Amino acid sequence: MILESKVHERNLVKWAADKPEVVVFSADLTSSTEIALFKETYPDRFYSFGMTEQNMMSAAGGMAREGFTPFVHTFAVFMYRRALDQIEMSIAYPNLRVRIFGFLPGITTPGGATHQAINDIGVLRTVPNMTILETGDATEVESVLDVAQSVDGPVYVRQLRGQIPRLFKDPMVLGRCRVLSEGSDLALITSGIMTEEALRVTNVLRKRGVSLEHIHVSTHKPFEDERILEAISKARYGVITMENHTIIGGLGSEVAEMMSEHAIPKRLIRIGLRDTYAHGGSRDYLMKYYGMDALSLARAVEELLGQKLDIEESDLEEPRVEASGAEHKAEDL
Amino acid sequence: MNKNNWEEDVKKVAEGIRRRVFEFTLRNGGGYLSQACSSAEIFATLYTKLMNLGPSVAPKIPRPFPGVPSIRNKNYFSGADYNGPRRPELDRFFLSPVHYALVLYATLVETGRMAPEGLEMFNRDGSTVEMIGAEHSPGHEFMAGSLGQALSQVLGIALARKRKGETGKNWVLMSDGEFMIGQTWEAIETLAFYELDSVHVFIDANGQSADGKIDTVNRIEPLKERLESFGAVAVEVNGHDVKALVEAANIPHNGKPLFVIARTVPYCGIEVLKPRAPKFHYVRITTEEERKTLEEFFVERFGGVRYDT
Repeated sequence: MILESKVHERNLVKWAADKPEVVVFSADLTSSTEIALFKETYPDRFYSFGMTEQNMMSAAGGMAREGFTPFVHTFAVFMYRRALDQIEMSIAYPNLRVRIFGFLPGITTPGGATHQAINDIGVLRTVPNMTILETGDATEVESVLDVAQSVDGPVYVRQLRGQIPRLFKDPMVLGRCRVLSEGSDLALITSGIMTEEALRVTNVLRKRGVSLEHIHVSTHKPFEDERILEAISKARYGVITMENHTIIGGLGSEVAEMMSEHAIPKRLIRIGLRDTYAHGGSRDYLMKYYGMDALSLARAVEELLGQKLDIEESDLEEPRVEASGAEHKAEDL
Repeated sequence: MNKNNWEEDVKKVAEGIRRRVFEFTLRNGGGYLSQACSSAEIFATLYTKLMNLGPSVAPKIPRPFPGVPSIRNKNYFSGADYNGPRRPELDRFFLSPVHYALVLYATLVETGRMAPEGLEMFNRDGSTVEMIGAEHSPGHEFMAGSLGQALSQVLGIALARKRKGETGKNWVLMSDGEFMIGQTWEAIETLAFYELDSVHVFIDANGQSADGKIDTVNRIEPLKERLESFGAVAVEVNGHDVKALVEAANIPHNGKPLFVIARTVPYCGIEVLKPRAPKFHYVRITTEEERKTLEEFFVERFGGVRYDT
């Protein structure tokens, strides 16, 4: 799998060239959130706020009232946790056009519990007026800008940085999932980096005779895509969700809500962090430790089917390996 | 307005603000009355002498609640149109402690921007004349009720206005209690960092917060020195001296935000409240005796004007 690097960094500069209304806000994490090139290219449209996230979110609301569109960048935890009241009252209540780019979703960072956004989707899904998007590959990291900018209200983007695979050809579309494979035994619904992880085992599952409908979700709110409902409706043995987030409040809850509202009585297994914080470590290690990896998915499939499929680690496609000398080193945390 | 005797005009408006809030408090059995006592001169000076606002472009009688803003609700409005049209060269006013909403409504009435009937709608279901002012409330422009968030929003607005080359000033009224809040200081250091001298802040330093005297709640002093060390120009004045307030607002502060610390008294002009110390946050009338004392003071102080008309 070919990984691309600094996708957001390069794309944002190109995309914003003909959009003078777009300004970028930073909270002392400029290179860590891939906006250093933006700062260099458009210094006049770059605003440094330092470590004043509450102040920055309120100021973004003020700026948006005057017709500019702030693209606020920092680690997700410092926005939805530290500055939630500011996001709600200065941005969400007045339904302002602020784009909140939250980095380091879930276990994508070795920074530990203080840096890992494990409940951002759950928290922000309860915020009225908020649209929530999540990227899962390089194409989505790029095309999410157009999607976000098309929304007449605040948008939270769960964004990826660093080395990212390119899984999809077509750009992200608001409110529309991607059907990666069709099948009628099971519905597998994944989001963010979990789609890449799930793809390590889905071929093996098909070879074992499992008819799998695999859906990738990039719009968490609104969560109304009929295509997801269809997949759930026809899944004979049940539904599995897989998210880089606590299983409370995120994708698993979105699917559970959809199932109960449409009276679909089926089993649902939610793979993700099971009501726990994580700790500092590599992505590969954390996925295994917290039972969020491809093998855990294979076990969940076995449970729903009620049969062993004899899938072991050696059957899976190689996990992605970060190239040595990856851009984001410890000093960027 | 009489140019030669502007001080008398401002004082008259301040007196009117106190009277209207007092009247309302008597009728309602309680109200944010001490806030009117401490800030009446500040509001009056801002609205009649300092701010360059156009005439109100809002209906004299406040509109009913339009529903909250959303993608689906395009009928939402801000109450800022009571402060005049939005134009690049005109000033803007932002109230931070919106628990002062009643004082602002009384100011709008006294300055002819809102009909007196508007005050009757205060805290009534379905009305925009809310107890804690919201974005749609007359004279308000955004949500500030959680306290400590307005100055940062003004920072964003001031940065944007600078970007657009607008020359109007941005006036903010804050309470001293808000200087307990970390975000306030984040906003001040950032205003200084961006050299936003369009921002003029008046602090109603009445020394009071919800629990009582601020110096028994937390430590905010020495406010002037703290503000200066954060990169602002700060000046301390008697907040009931309208001439001093105007002079303070005109102090040069090139490249720096200006903070006027208006030292005020929470029972100024309604001295009968003094025995309520140290609790002034909300004046509640609980006994007949209290009511009688306040009513007698009202008639004596405001020249026998009936409070129920």
